Amino acid sequence: MDIPFTVKNRPDTGLYNGKLGVWLFLASEVMLFGGLFSAYIFLRTGVEQWPTGSEYLDIPLATLNTLFLITSSVTMVMSWASLKLNDFKKFKIYSGVTLLLALAFLVVKYFEYTHKFHVGYLPSTNNFLGIYFTMTGLHVLHIIGGMICIFYFWIPGAKMWESDPERFTNRIEIVGLYWHFVDLVWIFLFPVLYLL
Amino acid sequence: MSAEQHKQSFLTKYIFSTDHKVIGLQYGITSLVWLLFGFALMMIMRYQLAYPESPIPFVGSIIGDGGILPSEMYNSLGAMHGTIMIFLGVVPLAFGAFGNYFVPLQIGAIDMAFPKLNAASYWMYFIGSVIMAVGFFVPGGAANSGWTSYPPLADIATTGQTVWLFGMVMLITSSLLGSVNILVTVIQLRTEGMTWMKLPIFVWTQFITAFLLLLAFPPLEAAGVLQLMDRLAGTSFFMPSGLVVSGEVLTNAGGGSPLLWQHLFWFLAHPEVYVLILPAFGIITEIIANNTRKPIWGYKALVYAMVFLGFMSFIVWAHHMYITGMGTSIGAFFQTTTMIISIPSVVILTALLLSLWGGSIRFNTPMLFALGFIPMFGIGGLTGLPLGLAAADIHLHDTYYVIGHFHYVVAPGTIFALFAGIYYWFPKMTGKRTNETLGKLHFFFSMIFMNGVFMPMFVQGLAGVSRRLWDGGETYAHAADVLYLNEVMSVSAWLLGLAQIFFIVNMIISLFGKKTGEKNPWNATTLEWTDTTSPPLGHGNFEVVPSVYRGPYEYSVPDDEQDFTPQSKKV
Repeated sequence: MDIPFTVKNRPDTGLYNGKLGVWLFLASEVMLFGGLFSAYIFLRTGVEQWPTGSEYLDIPLATLNTLFLITSSVTMVMSWASLKLNDFKKFKIYSGVTLLLALAFLVVKYFEYTHKFHVGYLPSTNNFLGIYFTMTGLHVLHIIGGMICIFYFWIPGAKMWESDPERFTNRIEIVGLYWHFVDLVWIFLFPVLYLL
Repeated sequence: MSAEQHKQSFLTKYIFSTDHKVIGLQYGITSLVWLLFGFALMMIMRYQLAYPESPIPFVGSIIGDGGILPSEMYNSLGAMHGTIMIFLGVVPLAFGAFGNYFVPLQIGAIDMAFPKLNAASYWMYFIGSVIMAVGFFVPGGAANSGWTSYPPLADIATTGQTVWLFGMVMLITSSLLGSVNILVTVIQLRTEGMTWMKLPIFVWTQFITAFLLLLAFPPLEAAGVLQLMDRLAGTSFFMPSGLVVSGEVLTNAGGGSPLLWQHLFWFLAHPEVYVLILPAFGIITEIIANNTRKPIWGYKALVYAMVFLGFMSFIVWAHHMYITGMGTSIGAFFQTTTMIISIPSVVILTALLLSLWGGSIRFNTPMLFALGFIPMFGIGGLTGLPLGLAAADIHLHDTYYVIGHFHYVVAPGTIFALFAGIYYWFPKMTGKRTNETLGKLHFFFSMIFMNGVFMPMFVQGLAGVSRRLWDGGETYAHAADVLYLNEVMSVSAWLLGLAQIFFIVNMIISLFGKKTGEKNPWNATTLEWTDTTSPPLGHGNFEVVPSVYRGPYEYSVPDDEQDFTPQSKKV
């Protein structure tokens, strides 16, 4: 016996299991980052002096990174839409581009981090840098997690397209939802840490 | 399907199984072992409290130091007792074991929505629990800053605290996977006809519990990450400026706030209280309806009260923090919400109590535990009211009164409900019956000794005895008049330990007993009893997936030839 609604929608909820599951997971993620953002507000309002982001951080680089991530969200949707349109080749291209953009984000982040370590800006320097490294670090871990999933469905997991195309398309949709969430976290991190 | 089953090896069938029933049993057995271990830690502590600084019998040689419990180790045992009982014992048993095993059966699903994630959830829990155990063997011993891990103490504590944090991260991940699974299962896999208002109350409680775990745990994960950063990367999130430790000013940057941890921690830990109690309500409701042979009183009131309880539990957390100096206006808000949250609890308890009215009650072991639960939880709940008001809480907060209060909720409350559940569902899980005599002995002795342990705590607490004394209050002026109670509590605790032998022996002889294979020995109405074999089929649960036509508690329906009408019986 197979578990029902793994691929098809349940009529009264209009969802398949995986999609509901990932939405619930994202709700939990909202609470995780929500807790960290609350901590940020609590720490910032609790002291008299709080540095502005530009004192320590590189705004142009972060703007470039924001562009990378937003574009990657677009290509992610395109890869899913290509599958919906039965165009497997385009899916491969868009997934590849998504991965490339994510990698570009990580490379920029790597230069940002190493530069800071180089000039002696460490998490222990002050709480602004502490929360900066904690939140962006956790975000980078989420990016890496997303890249692993996208890569898996790009090459090794893509076999499913032949055996069960509908289920494969669903999987890409789920990864996409997660990927958009990770982007969204960055959309909040960027102004909060760099601009305010 | 059956041919497939024969091919499974022991490993895939019992260890790395993805069947929700096997995973439920794995959760159950592991958590029962942890409960016993956590209880054993407390029995050691109680020796030190009753007879300060005398060598401890039996386990003294392990402790070293002439068998006398050192104060640092006393702190470790206290912190680990709390952590183990809550995160490794009660929650995995109530949610992991009972939820896994019975939610799919009660809603007519062939398995959980994500069987592999389900197995992953158990193994995360297992690894998390192993990490917690490893804590005992690192230099300085296991975490010793209380189960609440308040900084700055926890920030500068020994390595055990880091181990504790890693363990917690694993446990949080496990509960995340488990709660997503239960939620999706209940929303998506209800069988035909199983509408929301036909769900057994047990399923409702698991559903709400899953929401609490899903949304309340991540802030603790955030807090855990911040504390790890404090401990490993030298940040000062929870470290105020100019902190002096052992006469020396710490060199960290400062500017952080210990209060921040408390807010994040209690944002989890208050809903956690309802994570502990809601499944207990669910189990008790099933058993009371079944053993009074009449429908539960106020089904809808129960459901709405539980949903409201779940919602409110997110906005009462700071009532744990009245004495931190967070400000009176915040205190006023949280006092109000705390008073409001007592309303649904009273609705639930009243509905359960009224359900007994006019029933023809069967006094079997599960029912005795259920009946014991009601007054015990009542005591726990009512003694909580003064703690919800800052004026009273400031005097009571760091005394034994608080310990008495929350143990009444969790120990003779939730744990009684869990025992009730084990006795009630044992025939379904094994196809065998438990011994009623041993079960009743287990109940009566547990009941007496539970009260022997916790009732004197109220007396000590009202007298002003602090809850953090290693010597049991020997050198503490407030304690002089009530010092004799230490021995009463300790002896009760050890006798309570002995009373559990009835339970263990009962489980073992019942497991080796004769298989009756009765499908529905209690004449119950819900699907797990009426439509599955005992134990239910390996993969797939049901021979034919049932449809549902009726509410969950149609007992003693007029004009029916039996006094119970199954949910799956056509109208």
